[in-house]
Order: sequence, then C-alpha cells, then structure tokens
Amino acid sequence: MWQFFHKLGSPKWFYGIAARFMPWLLAGGILLLMSGVIWGLAFAPKDYLQGDSYRIIFIHVPAAFLAQSAYMMMAAAGLVTLVWRMKLADVFVRAVAPVGFMFTFLSLFTGAVWGKPTWGTWWVWDARLTSMLILLFLYGGVIALGKAISDEKSSARAVAVLVLVGVVNIPIIKYSVEWWNTLHQPATFKLTEKPSMPAEMWVPLLLSVLGLYLLFGWIACLRMQTEILFRERRTRWVRDMVMADRS
Amino acid sequence: MAFDSFGAFLSMAGHGPYVWACYITFFVVLVQLMVWSYRRRTAAMESCRRGFELQEGEKGPAASSGASASFSRVTVSQD
Repeated sequence: MWQFFHKLGSPKWFYGIAARFMPWLLAGGILLLMSGVIWGLAFAPKDYLQGDSYRIIFIHVPAAFLAQSAYMMMAAAGLVTLVWRMKLADVFVRAVAPVGFMFTFLSLFTGAVWGKPTWGTWWVWDARLTSMLILLFLYGGVIALGKAISDEKSSARAVAVLVLVGVVNIPIIKYSVEWWNTLHQPATFKLTEKPSMPAEMWVPLLLSVLGLYLLFGWIACLRMQTEILFRERRTRWVRDMVMADRS
Repeated sequence: MAFDSFGAFLSMAGHGPYVWACYITFFVVLVQLMVWSYRRRTAAMESCRRGFELQEGEKGPAASSGASASFSRVTVSQD
C-alpha cells in the first residue's frame, strides 16, 4: 500500500501508467457516452409530465455529477498536498480545475435551457442554482490563484487551502433540494434507493454518466501529463522520452 | 424509436430548439476541451524537444554522444 503511495508520488511513474490507460479511457468513454446519448435522445420513452424536454437530463446530470465529483477529488488532492506535500496532488488540482469549470458551466447552461420550457424561466435564484453558480466561481478562483502566485510551493499551498475551504459548498449543493423549497427536482440517482424512473430512462442515463466519467479520466490524465512535462522539463527521463519519441 | 418520423425527432413536439441547443453546446464544449488539452500536451512535448535540441546544438555533436549532463564552474568576480 505504502509502496503504491510512494510510486503514485513519482511523476515519471504516473506519466507511464497514464499513457497505458488513456486509450482505454478514451474508447470506453466515447462508446458509453454515445450509446447513452443516442438511446436517451431517440429510444427512451417520453416523460408524461415534461414531454421531450426531459431528454436534456442525459447530458445535464452527467455534467452536474462531474462538476461536483471533480471538486471533491480536487479537495482530496488538496489535503494530500497540505499533509504529505505530494507534488502530483498539486499537479492534479491544476490539471482538473479548468475541466471542472467547463463541466459546471455546462451543467448551468443545460439546466437554464431545460428550465425555460419546464419552469417558464431561464434562471431563478434558488438554492441549487445559486450554489452551483458559487461552484463555478470557486473553480474560477482556484484557476486564478494558481496563476497569480509564481512560487510553486506557496502557490500549491494557497490553492490547496482555497479548494478545502470551498468544499463546504458541496453538501450545500447536494442537500439544497431537501433543505430549501426549490424549483429543482430531487436527486435522480441515490446509492441507497432504486431510481424512481423506468429502466428505459435510467439505464441510458447511467451509461452517459459512466461515459463522461471515463472521458473526464482521459482529459485529466492528458492535462496532468502536460503539467508534468512543464515541471520536469529539465529532467533526464523527460529528455530520454522526448528524444526517443523524435526518432 | 420513440418518434414516428425524423421530422418529429427533430422538432420533439416543440421542445427541439431547447434540446438541440443543449446537445450542440455540450458536444462543442466537450470536443473543444478534449482537442485543446491534446494540443497543449503536443505543444509541451514540442517545446521540451526544442529545448533539448538547442542544448545539444550548443554542446556540439561530440558532446551529445557522450555524457548526458555536464557541469561547468562559474567564477563570479568578488570586486
């Protein structure tokens, strides 16, 4: 276990292992996401209340799941940065923050467009929507803070602290639909309960959620590799790899 | 299929513009993010390669075939 933890701290080891997994993440992600989306768009039955506008769920829910999970992963990495000073954890936070930002934007955008035919408005300042908007600002703050401090160690610590402070927003997003009266519907998937929707609806949704998670894994690995290349550009292993790639 | 015709699939009983606007935006952003991330890594590789080639050029072909790292003493004037 500790040996794995030590290995995980090595940028060189991570670079190699990521390269091995990435083709599978990309292929699996595209396959699952496309099956889920095509099934949901063309073959899933119409919702008796919302009609066809509910088909936005097949991209809205995966984007919203990823927006929150990416932040939780960043918070775990932030803790590792502060406690064990593991460089790779900081690399993860830097690499994933822009991805989380884009998924939060997508979840807000698809939610707003879905809101118009369903609620009759693009936006309301209710708890779920506002806390998601705060998540978008938190991601923006993490990206800006990371770029504002030039010293690598101070920057890593400051970013980790900001990420950990912002994690308080995640339970607020999750439980906002239960704690306050909101227009937003309750959670679609719960780990402890069977989904309330029929299988023809939740199976494609599950496929697109899994597909987007795999694609997120691919993008995260790719961006971590880029960050590693930048930080380790003067090392011998990068030199050997880059020059071997040339021939 | 849940629709009678391709036209019905596109219009989605009047909800088509909302549904398609979401899907188009989602995939445009996702693909852009993937392409951007891929290009960044390629650019980083290229930048590293150029740096190493420049180093090799400065050292000369004879040096590049020998040790992969060298150290030079720098004397700083005390005046």
